[in-house]
Amino acid sequence: MQGSTVDSAKVALDYHGSAATGHEAHPDHRLFGLIVFLGAEAMIFMGLFMAYLTFRAVYPSWPPEGTPERELVLPGINTAILIASSFVIHRADTAIKQNNVNGLRKWFAITAAMGAIFLAGQLYEYHNLEFGLTTNLYASTFYVLTGFHGLHVFLGLGLILAVLWRARQREHYSSEHHFGVEAAELYWHFVDVVWIVLFLLLYIL
Amino acid sequence: MNIPSSILTMLAGIALTLASIWYGQNHGLMPVEASRDAELIDGLFNTMMTIGTAIFLLVEGVLLVCLVKFRRRPGDTSDGPPIEGNISLEIVWTAIPVVIVLVLGVYSFDVYNSMGGFDPEAAQDPSAVQVAMLPGDSEVMPLIEGASHPMGHQHLALGIGASPETAGKPADLTVNVLGLQYAWIFTYPDLGITAGELHVPVNKDVRLLLKAQDVIHAFWLPEFRLKQDVMPGSLQSELRFTPTRAGEYPIICAELCGPYHGAMASKLYVHTPEEYETWLQSQVANRPDQVQTIASTSDPNVNYLAPFSQQLNQQWGIDRALEHLHSQVHSQAQVHSQAQVHSQAQVHAQMDRSMELTADHSNLQQLIAHPAA
Amino acid sequence: MTQTEIPSSISTAHHGGTERKWWHYFTFNEDHKVIGVQYLVTAFFFYLIGGLMAAVIRTELATPASDFVSPETYNGLLTLHGTIMIFLWVVPAGAGLANYLIPLMIGARDMAFPKLNAMAFWMIPPAGITLALSLLVGEAPQAGWTSYPPLSLMTGKVGEGIWIFSLLVLGTSSILGAINFLVTILKMRVPSMPTNKMPLFCWSMMATALLILIGTPVLAGALILLAFDLLVGTAFFNPMGGGDPIVYQHMFWFYSHPAVYIMVLPLFGAISEILPVHARKPVFGYQAIAYSSLAIAFLGCIVWAHHMFTSGTPAWLRMFFMIATMVIAVPTGIKVFGWLATIWGGKLSLNSAMLFAMGFVAVFVIGGITGVMLASVPFDIHVHDTYFVVAHLHYVLFGGSVFGLYAAIYHWFPKITGRLVNETWGRIHFILTFIGMNLTFMPMHQLGLQGMNRRIALYDPKFTSLNELATIGSYLLAVSTIPFLINAIWSWAKGPKADGNPWNALTLEWQTSSPPAIENFEVLPVLTSGPYDYGLEEEEVGLPTAQAGSATLSSSPGA
Ligand code: HEA
Ligand code: HEA
Ligand code: CUA
Ligand SMILES: [Cu+2]
Repeated sequence: MQGSTVDSAKVALDYHGSAATGHEAHPDHRLFGLIVFLGAEAMIFMGLFMAYLTFRAVYPSWPPEGTPERELVLPGINTAILIASSFVIHRADTAIKQNNVNGLRKWFAITAAMGAIFLAGQLYEYHNLEFGLTTNLYASTFYVLTGFHGLHVFLGLGLILAVLWRARQREHYSSEHHFGVEAAELYWHFVDVVWIVLFLLLYIL
Repeated sequence: MNIPSSILTMLAGIALTLASIWYGQNHGLMPVEASRDAELIDGLFNTMMTIGTAIFLLVEGVLLVCLVKFRRRPGDTSDGPPIEGNISLEIVWTAIPVVIVLVLGVYSFDVYNSMGGFDPEAAQDPSAVQVAMLPGDSEVMPLIEGASHPMGHQHLALGIGASPETAGKPADLTVNVLGLQYAWIFTYPDLGITAGELHVPVNKDVRLLLKAQDVIHAFWLPEFRLKQDVMPGSLQSELRFTPTRAGEYPIICAELCGPYHGAMASKLYVHTPEEYETWLQSQVANRPDQVQTIASTSDPNVNYLAPFSQQLNQQWGIDRALEHLHSQVHSQAQVHSQAQVHSQAQVHAQMDRSMELTADHSNLQQLIAHPAA
Repeated sequence: MTQTEIPSSISTAHHGGTERKWWHYFTFNEDHKVIGVQYLVTAFFFYLIGGLMAAVIRTELATPASDFVSPETYNGLLTLHGTIMIFLWVVPAGAGLANYLIPLMIGARDMAFPKLNAMAFWMIPPAGITLALSLLVGEAPQAGWTSYPPLSLMTGKVGEGIWIFSLLVLGTSSILGAINFLVTILKMRVPSMPTNKMPLFCWSMMATALLILIGTPVLAGALILLAFDLLVGTAFFNPMGGGDPIVYQHMFWFYSHPAVYIMVLPLFGAISEILPVHARKPVFGYQAIAYSSLAIAFLGCIVWAHHMFTSGTPAWLRMFFMIATMVIAVPTGIKVFGWLATIWGGKLSLNSAMLFAMGFVAVFVIGGITGVMLASVPFDIHVHDTYFVVAHLHYVLFGGSVFGLYAAIYHWFPKITGRLVNETWGRIHFILTFIGMNLTFMPMHQLGLQGMNRRIALYDPKFTSLNELATIGSYLLAVSTIPFLINAIWSWAKGPKADGNPWNALTLEWQTSSPPAIENFEVLPVLTSGPYDYGLEEEEVGLPTAQAGSATLSSSPGA
């Protein structure tokens, strides 16, 4: 133990100054936490996109010669559905902010249906593609990128269904307390934005 | 009181400077210099050693002084002086490292340039590179200078290329190097020689074109301060240097390439012109028929495409043929090098391993020459 | 001697019946202090395992021949040694310190997300044990901690698969931890603590958390692709199928270079806490030290390709990364010189914490200087993948991170356990470690320069004598852990009781009881001085009213 001229008067605490008794729940930081988490998620996709772009850049022709043509209609429709669902889910947010639980249920259900259609369309596309996972580098990146994104859609769908399940009870969400709704919505927007980049990279570019 | 202490500081500063300069020149840590590149790099290293020693002595000196002089005396319970900072001092110790770093950066850049790091062929600089391309599988159609086809890196070299003085001139000697688990194979495309060791004449501009068979290896010549990863697949690397000192030097694989990575070594012989001639004669005399056949089939190709040959996969016809041979000897070679490692472990712990490895490599060479053997 | 102490009535009575029991440490507890201790103890356990592997490595390298373990086992050992030391010792130990200290230092009752926090911890033991066991069952991963393809795709599916899986789990744990640190530091400080009154440890943890969040996901991406190559037969990184192994190297180092700062920044923070307390002087240049952490984090993200100077990288890229790397010497220098100026003219108590903290500066600088040398492309071409790099990495990782961790453990031991350590044993530990460390790793510089490459089980006999030195040093290091273990265990159980603030420190964690009550502070504290106002007169500290602070604190004039 060491001595010091620091005396009690100078210590960093002042118990007088604190009126709060201090066992109140601290403010809700979950949304901020989720945003940070989505930042990390974005970095995974960023890494995969950069890998894709590098492969693309160093290959003499891309997709490599002999890759069967992909059709654009179905993925195009799928994309439109996913983008539209982002607007749909936002209506749910508006609804719950006006304490309209029915509106919340309705718009979430529609979003869930749209998400499910997207996933089904994705599976249908996989089924009908003329190349497999290991056909060539393009095919591998295609499947892994869309598959990894599909996993995120699947998780987002799970979140939405969980919110729907909880919204059975009328009191569960209100204009003040609806973190679950906001979280599911934010996640869904994220998945949507990632898809737009992915679609541009894989189909258009 | 004030004057002696500032004189002390000055004396300490002078001592520190002298000690750093002395050690920076006399550390004796580097192996011999066998090329001009090695001299350049050692000059850079000595500079860094000088600066490093000075920083080291400064920091450790301050720590020692604190340890002795500012130790808390028994019974003293007071605090130190409440100094929270000093802007001008902080600016000084920010600015000095900035300057050091910039000087080192420029110096390193210069050394790298003199070594040939910026040779566009070897530096993989896409804008300046001559792009040689093979459209499809049809006629060989070399495109030159400025052809802006996004060919990617397939035909580009990586590593250290021609130094500014030798830029544009063809090398005196080009050797293809193939790295495979756990050996190096050297082919002299112009001479039709295949060997397990590298022989080059002194004071000649040597160019190595390196590829790997299976995994990443790295070709390291410690006495030349040169190293370059050797990639499997379509990437080709290059090392170009001029040996200035005859002798026998280790060639080391520096990239982890499997359990026997440590045994993947060979020798570089830098010969006087006469010795080199003798060696050439002995190689041509012993040249096994098979290797000759391979070499002659690819020879015309090489000549035909002389200016672009380095960039063409075609040139690797030799190695593809070797690959074929290799597929037959690979397992044997592996078994062999394994056996070598174990027997060495048990019996020759103290023996000079390099002798054995040399033997090993000539064995490998034999195997390549006579795969049936 | 004057001390401040919170009367025990305030600190514990309120929570009557919520005393902590020893078995709480083995459960899914959500208290950040329990989790912090869980992290630290688990990490130390893995340090012993990784150290044991190092001891086997050094024993093999005592002779030039490959005679102690098979070359395959050797590669497995060095891979697991590197992986365990990094991902199961230094990274989690840093997270453990952060967990324990951040809420206490900023006057919060817990982390922002206690459940997430516990989850992040409990991912570590299963992943770590699986990884360590891969050496015993089946084939160990053998491609080095960098696991470059195509080699990593050829050394056996089981071991490499386990390696990838463990790293994905550990990476996830690290990300979840970082979310907690960042949100807690940004959002949960007591209202009277603006960012520029935050302890420097919090600044460095903020930088660390940012690096984890930026880097680790990219590593996860690389590992996912590698797993596909390994298990499904795609060819992202396999040149045989048209893939590009260099893309893996970029993705790997995009994480693993920042990872070295993830491993050292928390300890930079700890050193910035420890030196002022035991030197009884304010930290020199608070602002500069605080912002240099962020500068290091930023620069740390744009230098990764300095690990690839001999790989397939274009020349201009090598030059850019060379300059960017060298520039990191500037913010790091600001810290080092700030620390030196902090202790200069102070009243240094040379206890174990202080010795390790000063040892940290002494040894880290050596590693930093060799780091700047390595950044120079022409020189790195010679020494890349040699023992010079091994020497560098141990000087920064052992001399930096491990010394820093020991300093931190000695410094906060009284806070964590409520007991004092035995200083004599601590000093013996320091001296043995310091000598052993230099004996082990100093000769490696020369070995590398002379031509000994790394990751080899058998080497040229001309390197024998220096290797023998290193091996002796490593045994000394093994012995040096014994006084520490005895001291820590004995002091924890039987050491003399410590009061709330045995060092008379000013940061908040010392203003509560030792060990702190379950929710840290009875009432939320209000800051009346900066964290490092040692030696300042009362007026300068700026107390609102001179006696305000002491009113409710029982001050006991001691010996
Ligand atoms: C805690 C971990 C840690 C830390 C902090 C550092 C810090 C640094 N490292 Fe290190 N490094 C590693 C861990 C770390 N490293 C590891 C594990 C590897 C090997 C990976 C592998 O291949 O397995 C490695 C490898 C490595 C390489 C690649 C070598 C190779 O494989 O060829 C390079 C090259 O640039 C490098 C550079 C640096 C630099 C410039 C710093 C700088 O941050 C250092 C800055 C500090 C100082 C400079 C000292 C203090 C400053 C002053 C006193 C001011 C004055 C100084 C000057 C002006 C010089 N490191
Ligand atoms: C924080 C990181 C860290 C730490 C602390 C260490 C600590 C040590 N390291 Fe390590 N090392 C790395 C990180 C680290 N290392 C990395 C990243 C690599 C690169 C890997 C790669 O190439 O892929 C490496 C590689 C490496 C090599 C090179 C291997 C090679 O290239 O072939 C060597 C060789 O000497 C070595 C030695 C040591 C030694 C002797 C210690 C000593 O300091 C260890 C001291 C500790 C002990 C000796 C433990 C003592 C305890 C006991 C012995 C009792 C055990 C009891 C029980 C389990 C109950 N290390
Ligand atoms: Cu080839 Cu190591
Ligand atoms: Cu690095």
